[in-house]
Amino acid sequence: MTKLQILGTGCPKCGKLAEMAEKAAKSLGLEYRLEKVTDIRAIMRFGVMMTPALAVDGVVKVSGKVPSEKEIRKILSDRPIP
Amino acid sequence: MECRTCCGPNARPVEEEPHGGAAGGSGIRRRYLLSGALLLTGWWLLYRSLAPFSRWLTYDVFSLAPGTRFASAVQFFLFDTPKVLLLLTLVVFGVGVVRSYFTPDRARRILAGKREAAGNVFAGLLGIVTPFCSCSAVPMFIGFVTAGVPLGVTFSFLISAPMVNEVALVLLFGLFGWKIAALYLGTGLAVAMVAGWAIGRLGMEKHVESWVYMAGGTAEGGAAEGSISPDGRLRYGYDAVRDIVGKVWVYVVLGIAVGAGIHGYVPENFMASFMGSGAWWSVPLAVLIGIPMYSNAAGIIPVVEALLAKGAALGTVLAFMMSVIALSLPEMIILRKVLKVRLIATFAGVVGFGILAVGYLFNLVL
Repeated sequence: MTKLQILGTGCPKCGKLAEMAEKAAKSLGLEYRLEKVTDIRAIMRFGVMMTPALAVDGVVKVSGKVPSEKEIRKILSDRPIP
Repeated sequence: MECRTCCGPNARPVEEEPHGGAAGGSGIRRRYLLSGALLLTGWWLLYRSLAPFSRWLTYDVFSLAPGTRFASAVQFFLFDTPKVLLLLTLVVFGVGVVRSYFTPDRARRILAGKREAAGNVFAGLLGIVTPFCSCSAVPMFIGFVTAGVPLGVTFSFLISAPMVNEVALVLLFGLFGWKIAALYLGTGLAVAMVAGWAIGRLGMEKHVESWVYMAGGTAEGGAAEGSISPDGRLRYGYDAVRDIVGKVWVYVVLGIAVGAGIHGYVPENFMASFMGSGAWWSVPLAVLIGIPMYSNAAGIIPVVEALLAKGAALGTVLAFMMSVIALSLPEMIILRKVLKVRLIATFAGVVGFGILAVGYLFNLVL
């Protein structure tokens, strides 16, 4: 189970990022759980300074922009398989 | 709450980066240079032909009589709208490419080791080139403060980043000329540096919400950025154009339309009576009116330009603009998450005071 976390206090870009991440995960046939982290303190624990950000299994992969679905697919498939 | 610069409703995903020929075969580089030069030449020719084209359109195609109010308003609109949009496209692209070199993480690393005075200067300058959006104001604030950047230096950054932005500078340059654009750049930076320094002097650290200092987590944020290829940087500039110009053009057109109306119809020196340099209260009034106005620079500057042409004093007009851009009510509400009311009030007070000083200074000098 891959954990996808969308960090952001709820601006429209966060929603867009969530949508792209979900699309990418689905197209890879990944088993995933999507979580939106909206509390600013929780966001800060990840150490990001620009929102929205995407964390995969607790590790920040993208921050400050909405990447394309293709880019997210690449991020998701480049991980070492546990 | 809607944010100005980054989180508009039409936020689009960033396009995929082209995966072709990696970072740098010289053939590819030559092709880039060539097409860049071609594009620039085309841009320049287009830019040069705007004035005759707008006259031709107004007086020959629409056959409006030269010298009438309506004709001059129409020609103003037909000339200024494409001019500003062209300038905006070029500059936003350039700034986008430059910004790909500066991340908030890098700004933070540079500032963390700096002492106050020098730190304020660096923070003001970095505020210009670091990508910033008001919805990231809070995480950025926390990221800076927990990394050991002094509070006052952090404020210099937070004031300069929205106030001295490329859209405002382009519009000022396009509508007023380079002198006023340079004045705005210089005084905006000065306000950011001095106000931040003053806030640092006041020792307001205890008015930051106490959890902020504990929030740090890993100081190594962002991760996984890596270095960007030249392709990626051009892409960055292109995305900036699509994002910013795509969002702002409506305001530019509307603002210039209103400005054109004022140009054509409001009598000369009409503004002199209440926005002229003679009326001492006009500067504070302009600042007060500016605070709740959450317009972006794109919409406000063409209007301001028209006011100036009708006799408003430059200092008053600059103060009004800075107040609209730098002191926004929604941003203060966002910052309430991390700052106590006393500090927000001090922030608004110090910046407001700086803007007043700029206003009076220019009314006095010019």
